[in-house]
Amino acid sequence: MLTAMLGRTANNVYWMARYVERAENLARLLASTYHMSLLPAAGSSDTSQWEAPLSLAGDRADFLKRYSEITPGTVLAYMALDPENSSSIRSCLRLARENARATRPELTTEVWEGINQTYLEMESMSYSKMVDQGFREFFDWVKERSHLFRGAVYGTMRRGHAFTFSRLGTFIERADNTARFLALKWELLAPSGRPLAAEDYYRWGALLRAFSAFKAYREVYSGIIEPRRVAELLVLRRDMPRSLFACSAETVDILRNLRSEAACTRVAEQIHERLQRNRIDGILRSGLPRFLNGFVVRNNELHGMIGQEFMLVL
Amino acid sequence: MKLGSAFDEMNGNRDGIRGAYRAYEEWLRGTPIELLIERHQQADLIFRRLGITFSVYGSEEGVERLIPFDIIPRILDPEEWRIVGSGVCQRVRAINAFLDDIYHEQHILKAGRIPAPLVLNNPSFRPEVLGLDLPRRTYVQVAGVDVVRVSANEFYVLEDNVRVPSGVSYMLENRETMMRIFPELFALQSVAPVNHYPELLLRTLRSTTPPGVSDPTVVVLTPGHFNSAYFEHAFLAMQMGVELVEGQDLFVEDDTVFMRTTEGPRRVDVIYRRIDDDFIDPLAFDAGSLLGVPGLLSVVRNGRVALANAIGTGIADDKAIYCFVPDMIDFYLGEKPILNNVPTYRCSIDDDRAYVLDHLEELVVKEVGGSGGYGMLVGPMSTAEDRYTFRQKIDAEPDNFIAQPTLNLSTCPTLVDGKIAPRHVDLRPYVLTGETTQVVPGGLTRVALREGSLVVNSSQGGGTKDTWVLEC
Repeated sequence: MLTAMLGRTANNVYWMARYVERAENLARLLASTYHMSLLPAAGSSDTSQWEAPLSLAGDRADFLKRYSEITPGTVLAYMALDPENSSSIRSCLRLARENARATRPELTTEVWEGINQTYLEMESMSYSKMVDQGFREFFDWVKERSHLFRGAVYGTMRRGHAFTFSRLGTFIERADNTARFLALKWELLAPSGRPLAAEDYYRWGALLRAFSAFKAYREVYSGIIEPRRVAELLVLRRDMPRSLFACSAETVDILRNLRSEAACTRVAEQIHERLQRNRIDGILRSGLPRFLNGFVVRNNELHGMIGQEFMLVL
Repeated sequence: MKLGSAFDEMNGNRDGIRGAYRAYEEWLRGTPIELLIERHQQADLIFRRLGITFSVYGSEEGVERLIPFDIIPRILDPEEWRIVGSGVCQRVRAINAFLDDIYHEQHILKAGRIPAPLVLNNPSFRPEVLGLDLPRRTYVQVAGVDVVRVSANEFYVLEDNVRVPSGVSYMLENRETMMRIFPELFALQSVAPVNHYPELLLRTLRSTTPPGVSDPTVVVLTPGHFNSAYFEHAFLAMQMGVELVEGQDLFVEDDTVFMRTTEGPRRVDVIYRRIDDDFIDPLAFDAGSLLGVPGLLSVVRNGRVALANAIGTGIADDKAIYCFVPDMIDFYLGEKPILNNVPTYRCSIDDDRAYVLDHLEELVVKEVGGSGGYGMLVGPMSTAEDRYTFRQKIDAEPDNFIAQPTLNLSTCPTLVDGKIAPRHVDLRPYVLTGETTQVVPGGLTRVALREGSLVVNSSQGGGTKDTWVLEC
């Protein structure tokens, strides 16, 4: 049975999970951008590739004030390590830990120590260290710490409110990140309908890998990688853990268990129904980025309503 | 002036190993220093991973720091503990009786045992709670009495700390850590356990519930996670299995305190508050406080919520009132004090002040309302300039200062810079008052890590040790 918890604490647990998830997805985005930049024929689009992450999670003006130019190195330093960038991986992990600390009594030792250890290791990370150990190793580390966090939550926490709000934070954040990330990459890769060249194959492959979806694609669809199917996999497939469909299904489930009659539960259901109703060809016809941006807005409204309903956030 | 060599907890006055340390010393002699150093590092890692940190006020970075933990325990034998344990309980019983008295009939003032103005004009005296009847007449559910030792049989109480004493989580975590890194030592001898403290605390808090509540909801009220003792607040809430709340989580309605939960308001009956009187209710005290709960005092006054400790306890551990604790013990309990008070000069008294100003080099001068080792002068360690500054301060505000002879605190062997050396220590046992007044065997031993230093406060570079009371 669920027992009540403080609204403020629910808010802390929820944000703890959101920040861990955000750090993981940022690592995925940067890893994928880094990987793509190593591919041949990057050519003139090189800088624009690195501008993309900036527009997603960061402040371009703030960046340009403190870094002379947009290069892979400066963007990585800013997005991964800069403590003054409130969206950097370092900031996300610090905020996750701060929220965890503020609600320490609600967490199991495993969850708290995992998050605290992540924060301590992150604090000792520097750019030269990141270069030494390799960017990929660093991004893998962020992902592993996030897996560890979710595993500890799932494997050790009582199925009470703290567990529930942590899960809720994970899926709200993941849905948001998947939508933004996909919209961004879609515009960058700009599928025009022409047959894909070899380099396109690598780029779409890298995009799938960023969502840990390469293997799944191969299992679900046979043959070459088609943008249309990539979109379907990440937006509408119910069995893909990072797809919008899967995230919104989890959110609906959680909210129905919490309070089925609440207004936020209704909104979550509407978001989910929209995904159920749609087919990928219809979405692509009216424009995938437009669809995704609409999703982000509604998901954010849902976030606000959850705050009002349970966390006394006004 | 220089202090002579101090009494050592392990070596006495260099006249052979003392009883309590016999088994430990033998083990220590057979243990290579490298092993100690290694275990010490292991302990640091454990503390860091657990997140047992505190923030330092006034430090530039505002970062979290570890309180240095020393792995050589402070050990007391059963007889020594009998004196300390019964002595601190005696003081807390007297102080509870004193508080109940001065907020009701004020017999002790009428009898002339304590000058009335010293109590009634004191900023820590709270007329707001005059005439208020508390459950079990208990004002101080939790006290942390600071005890120091100067010889085999002489213990002194420095401060009674009956407002919001902290540090008990270190007592508990130090023991956990010692049992983890030195399990063999606990097989060597029988050390009295302390781990049941949270259980006793919860029982104590529940026992002072307002009348008419059968299954009370207890909460811990913290100023928030930026407070230096936040870890402890979280730790105790977790150990007791109660909610950790901030002021913003509570509100007053219908003469009742509620907390805001995901399922709506829930009634609160007992608040273990880790916030000072001044900040606890912006309507009654400091109006600028964002930490407290508006309207809380009126609910307290109507007996519909209990606070631990009660509002107004600060008068009893005021440094000027401290001098009268032996009188309280006599007046209320009809007993002789088991532990000594340190002779105290009150600078508000002309003769005392003259003596203090003449003997600054020998005395410890403290601000009446100060705590945490801030704003004090340790005469024998001071420079001429320090003394000049204090002379000015005392002249300007004599009422604000007291002075005491510099006690040569006992030392305890301590691992410093890879070597074992004596360092001065004190001891803070935690006294709980509910159905009875009791104390868990041990407490927090604080150690001044700088050679010769007598200031053990963590904010001044002090560390802590596990404290063992041996069982017979």
